[in-house]
Amino acid sequence: MDFLDAAVQTLDSTIRLSVPLLLACLAGLYSERSGIFDIGLEGKMLAGAFASAAAASVFHSAWIGLGMGILISVALALVHGFASITHRGNQIVSGVAINFVAAGSTIILGQAWFQQGGRTPALAPGERFEAIVFPGADAIRDVPIIGPIYSELISGHSLLVYIAFLAVPFTWWALFRTRFGLRLRAVGENPAAVDTAGISVEWLRYRAVICTGILTGIAGAYLAMVQNAGFVKDMTAGKGFIALAALIFAKWKPVNAMFACLLFGFLDAIAIRLQGSPLPIIGRVPVQFMQALPYVLTVVLLAGFIGKAIPPRAGGVPYVKER
Amino acid sequence: MSVPYAKLPAWADYGLIPLINLAVAFIVAGLVVLLVGENPFRAAVILVEGAFGRGQGIAFTLFYATTFIFSGLSVAVAFHCGLFNIGGEGQGYIAGLGIAIACLSLDSVLPWYLLFPIAIAAAALFGALWALIPAWLQAKRGSHIVITTIMFNFIAASIMVYMLVDVIKPVGAMAPQTRNFLEGAQLPKLNWLIELFGFAKIRSAPFNISFILALVMAWLVWLLIWRTKLGYEMRTYGFSPKAARYAGISETRIILVTMMISGALSGMMALNPTMGDQHNVALDFVSGAGFVGIAVALMGRSHPVGIVLASILFGMLYQGGAELSFEMPNISRDMIVIIQGLVILFAGALEHMFRPAIQALFASLSPKSVGMAQAGKGA
Repeated sequence: MDFLDAAVQTLDSTIRLSVPLLLACLAGLYSERSGIFDIGLEGKMLAGAFASAAAASVFHSAWIGLGMGILISVALALVHGFASITHRGNQIVSGVAINFVAAGSTIILGQAWFQQGGRTPALAPGERFEAIVFPGADAIRDVPIIGPIYSELISGHSLLVYIAFLAVPFTWWALFRTRFGLRLRAVGENPAAVDTAGISVEWLRYRAVICTGILTGIAGAYLAMVQNAGFVKDMTAGKGFIALAALIFAKWKPVNAMFACLLFGFLDAIAIRLQGSPLPIIGRVPVQFMQALPYVLTVVLLAGFIGKAIPPRAGGVPYVKER
Repeated sequence: MSVPYAKLPAWADYGLIPLINLAVAFIVAGLVVLLVGENPFRAAVILVEGAFGRGQGIAFTLFYATTFIFSGLSVAVAFHCGLFNIGGEGQGYIAGLGIAIACLSLDSVLPWYLLFPIAIAAAALFGALWALIPAWLQAKRGSHIVITTIMFNFIAASIMVYMLVDVIKPVGAMAPQTRNFLEGAQLPKLNWLIELFGFAKIRSAPFNISFILALVMAWLVWLLIWRTKLGYEMRTYGFSPKAARYAGISETRIILVTMMISGALSGMMALNPTMGDQHNVALDFVSGAGFVGIAVALMGRSHPVGIVLASILFGMLYQGGAELSFEMPNISRDMIVIIQGLVILFAGALEHMFRPAIQALFASLSPKSVGMAQAGKGA
């Protein structure tokens, strides 16, 4: 029973830790599938987190917070789109720029508006998304095995967690079963063909980056309003880049993305749980090793030693209409 | 649709357009200052005075600039070969390990002028090796170098935390850093150079001899890119990998060599804050300088002269920004991060935004130079 408790707890924190990764990863999926590389996921998530926490504490509403987070994140996504779609700028450079602008301005504005050293005021219970308890969760808590799994793992998360996991089948459906998805994937592989068919490459790509902005906004809101009770400076702490790694690890596929994010979340959960305590056989594993593992795994994957990650063919290349 | 355009004279191409881009970046930054509730013009005055008003300020400005020259050159060398080395931060961080090994083992034996070359070599070697793996993966396995270098930044950070906390830290010490370097690993200051210009005695500024090294490296990079066969090959590959392949340039060799040079330059960036200022290797001593290199290289248009000028500008922002945060507590040094981002955005990603308008302007001024071009494509 002890082992089951530990396992359920670890898996529970795996879910909590992988949600922001999953949202950001799916966000990147829309953009990169349309041929726009986005290393600005981190910045958009950070800006979304700040905007949502600030709005939630000022207006005392989690929903206004979420909306504001999405709005700001979409605005930054549109800047990325403006630079890389309309002006055909370098997409990597634009992403880097957005990361810096977000990192700096969240601290400066946070300090100027709230005077708490870059934090936003702690959110009261009503200003956050509360845990949703499924029917019967308390009743069967004591049933062996199924009880803890149902009441701890499946029930008792916030709304945004369920949104994140529902976004996976939705993204799969949108990408592989709708006309929009077909065109989105086509524009990332061969924009000239899409253009020839009389469909606007620019508008398609703009819609893709807007989807990215919405999802990174939700990811930020999750960080600031569910995982924490307020914004702390630099609270994304590289999650945007882990999400990027997960996206590559998942080979730009939504369901794979979920498993990649769960894996990276699991590594994080294990690292927190162990905190340097010795493992059987291997002995003590430094925490830093566990933290570096997602990046190492991604590099190994990129190197083509475990399968091959092939990005969308038109990724990173601005589309110039032939005349 | 075609619009008339003028082929821009060199001064407009290399002077006017970057200046306009820069001006727009600063105007937007000024708006942020306004949003925070301060006067942007007063902020600018405080910033410039803080950076250049006194000898002390100038020394600090040049101290910061030193680090940025290295990281800017590193990014620029890779740019010329069409590679985006975003891993300068990690390469510089790992180079700290090389410096720590060299300094900790030799600082009691050697004087600085013997130890400095060894430390330079160690820093360059560690930086180059850390860049070699992503380069090899790009050349041989086709992994995107931007992604791998980002990953290597994080891996470097984990390694350095582990090394500093668990391995190098002296027994019983609290702070995760090496012991302080002895005199042999402390670089001589150059503050007297500024005092020569009639400034008052500078009490404590870390402006040191690695500034000279940075200038020498800038000159060497110019020599490499525009005066050697290797540089020509690098530019060829950067301009058109297909043409380079057709000309018989080995793709693998050129990527590996370029990235190792780039990594070595990033590695040398670590000399200035460690041996020049703190006299130890501490946690997170690079503190974003590797990323400033991207802004510096973009602003300096990947030319060493431009990079030195852009580095001094960013040095000014760092030093002046520190003074500014005393006067206006609402504007902490994170303001620089915003400016950095805006410079990268306007001088990098949006560099062609104003070009069509300026070309149209030149066309209307001197109709002789008019040709026809595709709208917005730029010359």
